[in-house]
Amino acid sequence: MTTMQPVPRLVDQFERGLDAPICLTWELTYACNLSCVHCLSSSGKRDPRELSTRQCKDIIDELERMQVFYVNIGGGEPTVRSDFWELVDYATAHHVGVKFSTNGVRITPEVAAKLAASDYVDVQISLDGATADVNDAVRGPGSFAMAMRALENLRDAGFSDAKISVVVTRHNVDQLDDFKALADGYGATLRITRLRPSGRGADVWDELHPTPAQQVQLYDWLVANGERVLTGDSFFHLSGLGEPGALAGLNLCGAGRVVCLIDPVGDVYACPFAIHDTFLAGNILSDNGFQNVWQNSQLFRELREPQSAGACGSCGHYDSCRGGCMAAKFFTGLPLDGPDPECVQGYGEPALAGERDKPKSSVDHSRTGSRKKPSGPIPLTLLTAPPKKFCNESPV
Amino acid sequence: MFDPDLRWRLHPQVAVRPEPFGALLYHFGTRKLSFLKNRTIVEVVNALAGHPDARSACRAAGIDDAAQAPYLHALSVLVQSKMLVREETP
Repeated sequence: MTTMQPVPRLVDQFERGLDAPICLTWELTYACNLSCVHCLSSSGKRDPRELSTRQCKDIIDELERMQVFYVNIGGGEPTVRSDFWELVDYATAHHVGVKFSTNGVRITPEVAAKLAASDYVDVQISLDGATADVNDAVRGPGSFAMAMRALENLRDAGFSDAKISVVVTRHNVDQLDDFKALADGYGATLRITRLRPSGRGADVWDELHPTPAQQVQLYDWLVANGERVLTGDSFFHLSGLGEPGALAGLNLCGAGRVVCLIDPVGDVYACPFAIHDTFLAGNILSDNGFQNVWQNSQLFRELREPQSAGACGSCGHYDSCRGGCMAAKFFTGLPLDGPDPECVQGYGEPALAGERDKPKSSVDHSRTGSRKKPSGPIPLTLLTAPPKKFCNESPV
Repeated sequence: MFDPDLRWRLHPQVAVRPEPFGALLYHFGTRKLSFLKNRTIVEVVNALAGHPDARSACRAAGIDDAAQAPYLHALSVLVQSKMLVREETP
């Protein structure tokens, strides 16, 4: 071959799906010490069917064979699993790098020192306000202080480049510069992502999602600051606001193509924001392993077919946003082949105003009852075995 | 700086994952991904260490000297992102 074939755009290559995901999220537990109002996985209680240590290690072995280079571990609060560090060590020893998301509850000085000594572990601290009042209204009392303590411990241990992960809401969108300054102060990198109406997020989305004016503000901020801020490419629905390519990243829904989610019981969903039977591709235990689900499930095959632009077909911006986020449409009760609820051309609002049937989350591990003010430090007695039934006590 | 007349190789912390369109490269040190967008460039990258210089690795993959420019450019990008390093010993 002496001439170079025209190279298809990556977005076209990704549309057909890859042999293995690039961005794999693995939620190790539904148990969580917090009860954030917008929790995408409706976490709280541990699921009695939670995968065992052995089962998790078998999955890591399979990810190594498939050359999934890293996983984003989350939950729930993943560090409340008593085998969490064992699994992290096992993954990194098997060429599967780990980035884990945590609210910081277990990032003690000792843990921070251990993390600083590893080359292949990334830590992402969740924070949804640059001030305690804004953060704690969403994540719960004491959660801002907990995150700050974790960041201090990481910095003091010499851990470089922790991530601070912010879900952008109506109440913190004005704090983006403050988040950036806060991250800089800890030698950390800011990561901001889109609020999805997934899990408990469906209950608060109407009040928390940024207004149309704030979407423009967010877009302008991203264009000005995007190179130093991570986004998980989650704002591609905004790309119609400016020149193509002004917003860094891939403007494509990666669900089932380059992205998927493994949940705590081994169920595989098309994306972390789509924990619902509609987007369930299969189960690792009952469907003969992750590779089989990824490569052969009916759902993922369908998602890799060219998708219809539907009602967006006549919009000049379709090539920029490709109709936006599948999960955002689904959980607001909008058709999947129509505009995103936060469509920047304004097509989302009339769609939201029309008659729609919001699907209820089919997987809910929320704790019942209202949040309590903590009366003191949270006891850290780890469960060593999954409970026999859904437990409603503190998972830590 | 990329010099096509020198011997190059994949960084020891870089893994290559074949994909239908070409391959993914992942650097475990920098945690960066790169994409090799056709199979010929994959062949070149995998063969680099076995050739005295990048030009001859291209030739071995069937790329005439006149057609090498885009491939050498791709290699220079991979050098910038530390996916490729100099092979010091012949």
